[in-house]
Amino acid sequence: MKEYDVLIIGGGVTGAGTARDCALRGLKTLLVERHDIATGASGRNHGLLHSGARYAVNDPESANECIVENMILRKVASHCVEPTGGLFISLPEDGLDYQKKFIECCAKAGIKAEAIDPKEALRLEPSINPDIIGAVKVPDASVDPFRLTAANVLDAQLHGADVLTGWEVVDFIKETVTVLGVKLRNIYTGEVKSVLSHYTVNAAGIWGAGIAEMAGAHIGMLPAKGSLLVFGHRVADMVVNRCRKPANADILVPGDVVSVIGTTSDKVPFDQCDDMRVTKEEVELLLREGCKLVPSLATTRIIRAYAGVRPLVASDDDPSGRNVSRGIVLLDHSKRDGIFGFITITGGKLTSYRLMAEKTTDLLCSKLGVERTCQTAVLPLPGSEKEKRKPSHSVVVEAAFGRQGTRVAEMDFSGKGSELVCECEQVSRAEIAYAVKELNVKTLDDLRRRTRVGMGTCQSTFCLRKAAAVLAEELGTPDKADALLKDFIQERWKGIMPVCWGDQLREAEHMRKEYGK
Amino acid sequence: MQENNISIAEFENCQKCNICAEVCPMMEVNPLYPGPKQAGPDGERYRLKDPAFFDNALKYCLNCKRCEVACPSGVKIGDIIAVNKLKYYKSEHKMRDTALASTDLVGSLASPFAPIVNGVLSLGVTKSVMDGVLGVSKHRTFPKYSSRKFTSWLRRHAHEQNAYPRKVTYFHGCYVNYNYPQLGKDFVKLMNACGYGVMLLEKERCCGVAMIANAMGEKARKSALVNLASIRKADTPVLTTSSTCTFTIRDEYEHVLGLPTSDIRSNLMLATRWLYRQIEDGKVKLIFKEDYSRKLAYHTACHMQKMGWQQYSVQLLQMIPGLQLTLLEQHCCGISGTYGFKKENYEYSQKVGAPLFDDIRNAGVEAVVTDCETCKWQIEASTGLPVFNPVSILAEAIDFEKTKEANAQ
Repeated sequence: MKEYDVLIIGGGVTGAGTARDCALRGLKTLLVERHDIATGASGRNHGLLHSGARYAVNDPESANECIVENMILRKVASHCVEPTGGLFISLPEDGLDYQKKFIECCAKAGIKAEAIDPKEALRLEPSINPDIIGAVKVPDASVDPFRLTAANVLDAQLHGADVLTGWEVVDFIKETVTVLGVKLRNIYTGEVKSVLSHYTVNAAGIWGAGIAEMAGAHIGMLPAKGSLLVFGHRVADMVVNRCRKPANADILVPGDVVSVIGTTSDKVPFDQCDDMRVTKEEVELLLREGCKLVPSLATTRIIRAYAGVRPLVASDDDPSGRNVSRGIVLLDHSKRDGIFGFITITGGKLTSYRLMAEKTTDLLCSKLGVERTCQTAVLPLPGSEKEKRKPSHSVVVEAAFGRQGTRVAEMDFSGKGSELVCECEQVSRAEIAYAVKELNVKTLDDLRRRTRVGMGTCQSTFCLRKAAAVLAEELGTPDKADALLKDFIQERWKGIMPVCWGDQLREAEHMRKEYGK
Repeated sequence: MQENNISIAEFENCQKCNICAEVCPMMEVNPLYPGPKQAGPDGERYRLKDPAFFDNALKYCLNCKRCEVACPSGVKIGDIIAVNKLKYYKSEHKMRDTALASTDLVGSLASPFAPIVNGVLSLGVTKSVMDGVLGVSKHRTFPKYSSRKFTSWLRRHAHEQNAYPRKVTYFHGCYVNYNYPQLGKDFVKLMNACGYGVMLLEKERCCGVAMIANAMGEKARKSALVNLASIRKADTPVLTTSSTCTFTIRDEYEHVLGLPTSDIRSNLMLATRWLYRQIEDGKVKLIFKEDYSRKLAYHTACHMQKMGWQQYSVQLLQMIPGLQLTLLEQHCCGISGTYGFKKENYEYSQKVGAPLFDDIRNAGVEAVVTDCETCKWQIEASTGLPVFNPVSILAEAIDFEKTKEANAQ
């Protein structure tokens, strides 16, 4: 049996980033994920690359981490990041007191925050509420978390790491107080196998509480649900925030070709974490508050609602669990709980995933006696290499380039390759073939996370059969197309349900007619 | 607060049903054209993110608007494409496109030397040079220029026209003025018979349809502003004999150039629509020749179909005793103005028109009637049959004296 230096549980952005860092430093690495990469909080957030400004007033340490990481990721993950810039706007009811403090705190945290005239703000971003009394420009950006996670996984694999998706940890293999490995079960086939590793890293987000429990350690975690709405196109080209104490629905992010407004924040029980549903009240709240930021949201089609669970960690010295840290939490369980060979990395945020990975890998290297320094702050992710490139004048190729960066060179657009499969999102056969070959795709949902298949305004109604057939063919199992289709449509439907009125209801009727049986 | 979940951004009302793709005549013959849904609402989402997503293949759009007629969600697909072409399209044949689109300028330069220009343009060597150097298809023959402009003719008859107590204003368009004044004369004859004198607008410029199609937005806007100002000043109905000029002024000015036209829309229309309504209201009578006999086929121009006005022309023609009229299936003829003159489009243009040409050949008619002059060129060149405007047929079929008498006040 192959023995690994490091086994990482959790294919979110933190686990993927850690796998990459470990692989780059020459560690024999395995990444294990129960479903698919970026299926938890990593794939269910705003897609906001924080400048840190949002945390400047309350959490200067996080704020500084954000701005440093923000600047790094613009370079090393350029194909996942769109440097949109951001605005913090003050509405009449917000007053300008907070703005003053906000700018001071941003300056202290090293964030360039520049107060601009409301007129200038409206010129920069015409979609914002024209009633604003103040605006501050900050270096927020938009980031695609699916792409970011996939690129990290890909680079880990290119540097020798193994990746298992669809394998769930069912038990730990322990010798008295030392973790030796894990027992895995395949969620599709039920097959069970054991994997041994010198170190096991728990990077399972909110599910990390359960993983730690399984290993014999307790982490006080507080699942906090955050709901978001997706609008059919880009209404704004900049990230738009409210300049006030962080609250519900006060950030709008232009994410690729859609706009995302969020979030809410509500504590939920652990047993709901696997099946988050957005309620009618949440939709109403998001819309009400969102329209204050960008009034045209009131007349823009909502295509979907979704929710994620933040892995908030209670401070170890506060048994009540009220004191929540949003910072990075790296737990060495040998020191904390007397369990050896086991580390937990949690807390933090999407923007700081690379730093979390670096800290974790630093700890692993010191334990393993490996003296290799972290390179992830300078080495571009696959797809983000600097390269001179002429625009192709083809939407299909440009869309693939937008998503996969320089990896577009690996795709074959000749012949059938340039055929469109998903028309809303301009996904071609060539891109699908590439994703299947390089990016660990097993299901249509996996394919969606890699390519945006089915994420457009029709929510897969008109491309699903074709996508299922093409995927089944590329996977070498052409008879499985129907099974692939069924699981996918169920998941699309779940997101459409909470916003199913008006044009989206008409669209849903097409879907019901086509697939509802 | 969101009430309807229906976007005011019209492209977003697209339900992705693809009916537009079903009716697009270009998509059927040209694999390079991504089709109306892709070029329109689908592409729009991406272009909003980055204009680099503009696809040069949008140049293949005929602007026939058949997609808009078919769309069950009211998306103005053709307009979306036209607007983006204006914004982002860069032609590889700038000189040719400018020359083709400047109908007014070229017309006024060519008219005085019409016999020479016509001779030179029809020479094989000229066609080869234009094909090779400019990219104008050698298979095309330019409409002949007239040595006397329609406006000069009308001005000489201004006195007679002023004698009529009631008047209409005529937007003649470039084709009537520079190439085919006979249609203008037929119009004047028909109006005079109905008891109306014909006046010109204070100023008339090319409607701009060719400039819009060739990404010359600023020039089109300048012409449009002149035309709109003149039409606003007119104190009579402003009538036309070209479906495309009419459609461009009424709809494209607003939807593509962003110039409001709601105040002039009800006063600007095709002569056949105006005339039909006058007859229906009992205000005008047409008395036809007793021995008139013709076998004709009516072709609905795309912009006619978009306006929904083909019925006015058809109903008028059907009033003529002795006229056997075949209604042709609604196909695009494929020329789309300057589009079909371009070398790279010629083949597609002919393929699009092929079903129509077949229908015409099989109809066993002596001539074709249509409201669009570029359809006329295309059908004449592709079938060998002469093509007339309904106004010319009406002018030919009426008993002028009796009609004039019946409409005298």
